[in-house]
Amino acid sequence: MVDDLAFLFDKYNVVAAFWVTVQLAVLSAIGSLIWGTALAAMRVSPVPIMRGFAAVYINAVRNTPLTVILVGSSLGLWQTLGVTLAGERATEVNFRLAILGLVAYTSCFVCESLRSGINTVHVGQAEAARALGLNFGQVLGRIVLPQAFRSVIGPLASVLIALTKNTTIAAAISVAEAAALMKTMVENEAHLLFLVTVIFAFGFVFLTLPTGLILGWVSKKVAVKR
Amino acid sequence: MTVETSTAAMIKASEVNKFFGDLHVLKDINFEVPRGQVVVVLGPSGSGKSTLCRAINRLEPVNSGVIHVDGKELPKEGKALAALRADVGMVFQSFNLFAHKTIVDNVMLAPLKVRKQKKPEARESAMQLLERVGIADQSEKYPAQLSGGQQQRAAIARALAMRPKVMMFDEPTSALDPEMVQEVLDVMTNLAKEGMTMFVVTHEMGFARRAAHRVMFMADGEIVEDTTPDDFFTNPKSDRAKDFLSKILTH
Repeated sequence: MVDDLAFLFDKYNVVAAFWVTVQLAVLSAIGSLIWGTALAAMRVSPVPIMRGFAAVYINAVRNTPLTVILVGSSLGLWQTLGVTLAGERATEVNFRLAILGLVAYTSCFVCESLRSGINTVHVGQAEAARALGLNFGQVLGRIVLPQAFRSVIGPLASVLIALTKNTTIAAAISVAEAAALMKTMVENEAHLLFLVTVIFAFGFVFLTLPTGLILGWVSKKVAVKR
Repeated sequence: MTVETSTAAMIKASEVNKFFGDLHVLKDINFEVPRGQVVVVLGPSGSGKSTLCRAINRLEPVNSGVIHVDGKELPKEGKALAALRADVGMVFQSFNLFAHKTIVDNVMLAPLKVRKQKKPEARESAMQLLERVGIADQSEKYPAQLSGGQQQRAAIARALAMRPKVMMFDEPTSALDPEMVQEVLDVMTNLAKEGMTMFVVTHEMGFARRAAHRVMFMADGEIVEDTTPDDFFTNPKSDRAKDFLSKILTH
């Protein structure tokens, strides 16, 4: 067992593959939080065209399978339309497109979590801010969103855990992350199938478990007392 | 203490109508509040007094009619409306202090973000205001750590920090425990003595008698009586007002 493990880690660079997974997850998480917040702001904005755009975007994108979005980014955006996101080599282009696709998809769930958080903020908070002369952006950015975020850290942790696991779909457009390596290892080392599976299952738990625990702690720490 | 109208009224409402669906909550409201006057609005629940108070800074848009504040018509929306609201202080029944900010940050927020004051300056005047309402020692606490009376006094300080031309109070003591009502009314009474223009929706008859220049009595969306406190309490003209007073003053 230990020999097999040593053999696998010797022959394959498991750590490097998981490092790609971590990069995909972290960069996509940052992008999704930003774009998801922007979408949430649009959904509650007084401008009808922004509300409409955000509603159509979210309903279109979150109901599309992630595989279709990622394959579409690679085949559609890159191969057909020539969008490379300033990447030069194929691996670079696909890595960036994978992040684009993951952000486009995950931000829908960030937005919807945040919107339910906005609903927990008492309407009087926004009224008081408006009555003081704050504009829409200030009311949202200074009063409503900070309180909304604090109340949805738990659900956001679930979204980020799902994102971490969803990065495996980037294997479909040949991004060399953990799942792509697992596929190779399963093909080459069929006699160690069980061990290979355990390695990757453990690897993902190792990445996602702390996310949940840390954000759970943060959520308690910053909870708004009412 | 006479009811007078002047050309430069602080608040002027003309033919204001407001509907909630089929419900006609404000019916052809006309009045003027001159600078420096303290107006108390009385009336039974559902008479439209809170709606009227909220209409004056457009938290509640009206369906028809015009409201002027300090000679300027209420803007519909955008920057002009925000600028007007900055000049109109508002105190709510449920305090509405920002739950995620300390008391002093609550008071400083709008001076910093709307008036673009420098931080030390904003902090100094915030502390002065908290001193004035008697809760300077609570300045670093969060709203949930304060009693209702302290929260409402902080909310008054927050509104005053914008140096408003007029202060609106929407039932400021209705959510308070009885023993905390007086501390809030004391702050309001002092404000009235200093010459602030005030528009106060309340059920506090004592405050109306002591501090108000004028009482407007509302019922079913109309201003039924508009007179001095003395006149209103001793010599109500309408049956609605007599009925209202008989119900509250006998207790």
